[in-house]
Amino acid sequence: MKLLLQHGKLPFAPFSAEKEYDLLLDNGVIEKIGENLPVGGARVLDVNHQTILPGFIDMHCNICDPGYEYWEDIPSVSQSALRGGYTALTCAPNTNPTVDNKTVVEYIVSKSRALSKVHIYPYGSMSIECKGEHLAEMGEMQTAGIVAISDGDQSVENAAFLRNVLRYAKMLHLPVITHCEDRHLSGKGVMNEGLTSLRLGLAGMPKEAEEIIVARNIILAEAVGARLHIAHVSTRGSVELIREAKKRGADITCETSPHYFLLTEEAVDGYTTFAKVNPPLRTQSDMEALLEGIADGTIDVISSSHSPCGRDNKEKTFDVAPYGISSLETAFPLSYTTLVKSGMISMERLMELMSGNPAQILGLEKKGRIAEGMDADFVVMNLDQSYEIDPETFASKAKFSPFAGKTVWGRVAFTVIGGKVME
Amino acid sequence: MGFQKDLFGLEELSPEEIRYLLRAADTMKYVLRQKKQKAPHLQGKSVILLFYEPSARGKLSFELAAQHLCANVVDMTGSSKADSVSSLQDMGQLIDQMGADFIILRHGMAGAPKLLAKYVEASVINAGDGYHENPGQALLDLLTIQERKGSFAGLKVAVIGDILHSRLAKSDIWGLTKLGAEVRVSGPPTLVLPEVERLGVQYFYDASEAVRQADVILTTRLEPESLDGLYLPSFDEYKQFFRIDEKRIRLAKPDVIIMHPGPVRKGIEISQGVVNSSSCIINDQMANSVAVRMAMLYVLSSVGGGLL
Repeated sequence: MKLLLQHGKLPFAPFSAEKEYDLLLDNGVIEKIGENLPVGGARVLDVNHQTILPGFIDMHCNICDPGYEYWEDIPSVSQSALRGGYTALTCAPNTNPTVDNKTVVEYIVSKSRALSKVHIYPYGSMSIECKGEHLAEMGEMQTAGIVAISDGDQSVENAAFLRNVLRYAKMLHLPVITHCEDRHLSGKGVMNEGLTSLRLGLAGMPKEAEEIIVARNIILAEAVGARLHIAHVSTRGSVELIREAKKRGADITCETSPHYFLLTEEAVDGYTTFAKVNPPLRTQSDMEALLEGIADGTIDVISSSHSPCGRDNKEKTFDVAPYGISSLETAFPLSYTTLVKSGMISMERLMELMSGNPAQILGLEKKGRIAEGMDADFVVMNLDQSYEIDPETFASKAKFSPFAGKTVWGRVAFTVIGGKVME
Repeated sequence: MGFQKDLFGLEELSPEEIRYLLRAADTMKYVLRQKKQKAPHLQGKSVILLFYEPSARGKLSFELAAQHLCANVVDMTGSSKADSVSSLQDMGQLIDQMGADFIILRHGMAGAPKLLAKYVEASVINAGDGYHENPGQALLDLLTIQERKGSFAGLKVAVIGDILHSRLAKSDIWGLTKLGAEVRVSGPPTLVLPEVERLGVQYFYDASEAVRQADVILTTRLEPESLDGLYLPSFDEYKQFFRIDEKRIRLAKPDVIIMHPGPVRKGIEISQGVVNSSSCIINDQMANSVAVRMAMLYVLSSVGGGLL
């Protein structure tokens, strides 16, 4: 049955922010967009002048399933995604077992089909067990459904190995996603190296640890001519390296996450483990550079970097508490409040960052935009009422956030996936 | 006086609070000079020693301090394994159920006292946590300096050696800068983060520059972490550049005092001759050491109301 959504705002090109639109959905696809569309035989849903945005696509998400289901699993991450306005997630390969063969890919794909309301697209590990030593069966995993090759946030030490991954992925037309960290430089570090680490007596990870590997990976990708996507960029130096590479015409994209452009290392003060993430939160100057990169197009994607762990696990000494942040339900409101409501960037640009570019990078041709003929994956958003972030209300099993109590705008009213209204 | 229930370090204390603790320590020294070295301030209170790292002097000073103040002392060191991180809060809750008033915690991880304090009613006193702070030891240094030099205003203090891995050096720097001393730091750049200058001190590559006209030289212990080849080429090279020896001492004020938390690596951190000289104070401050811990216990015991 057809569904007609009436009176929605579409505040991005080619639509007019002054007008209200109806969307006619049929068979999971947006059939028609226009003003005052005839109802015909369609079921009508009045969205009441709220904003309709393309469903967000998360390029950096740990679903923890299989292996760490006590931290998060496919049903809970799916519910968390819906609350956050996401209609599609990716899945980092560092599950247990690792997503390094087609059987695990098939498990995730079939379990997602059965239990997830949002689309889940697995990434395949570039190496067996994310160890960076033995190539994984990338081609077979592609047949089973992976949309990219990833290192699973285990930076590859061996440059020759990564070069071969890039060569191989190029043949498969798959993007290669890398976490950038020189593990000798980051050493025993658990936070950014600087004044705060000195004061707290915690071992630091210098920004060079990230930047050296960003530079190396860019050089390798350019030499091979492969598609490289740099995960969670956190430093000014990384932004500058990527900007320069793009100027040269390198086929490189990158992402950052709201905590990197909203928090500094000072969020860790008092040994706040909720702000323990890897890469670590950096400094004011890095935050500013990330915001510049978002505004000028150097940064292509805002991902959530959702990496759940139990709240209990965070109640440990800082050294041993796990890295992680629960961010699917905060990524859009934080980004919208900081970037769009402040006037820094347009809603159109934010939609590129959260939907359009991820779809393009991952080759999801029918997703990421609201247009006739595209998949009917979108989110109806109430942008007019502010609220405080309350981790207790998260659908994710990871009910903590360094942003607890922060006032934000942008609450999901409901989500439509494949033309169906999701609860 | 804004003392909290717990004492984690000198960073959180105001200059007035540090002075108050030093005055209290002075009073405690008076108690210790009496024939009967007892004061009833902690009568009926219990003090738990929870040391996850070995410590001879630190533990002994706290234990004696608590006993001089008539507290019941329980040493739980034997039952606390260094690797049982997750049990820190279990241990805290257990101690709390026993109705302890103080927990003296030494732990290999920075922030452990703060974490423990979240779970217990008892006052937590940090006896050293990771590379963070060691407030008791630093108060001892401050008390000793005050006795020898009178006042801190304008006092030139050099801190030499491994700052990165020394929690004492950090506590000393907080205390000295808060009390108005001019602090100059020197040590291998592999063992001193450049951000140290943002704590209000000056950093010199050249140890001789740091000790020039110094009233006090604080030397640190080279921690085992620093000796794995990543931080220091060799002891011989360290000696040449950073050892406190006769040559460097001559650049300091004639009445300079040299301090070290002990045990000293003789001939490396400090030359044998200087160690043996009267200006060098190592490990002979047991009376002050106990007095300072008595002051910490006494001051915190009055926070909860009652004893002052």
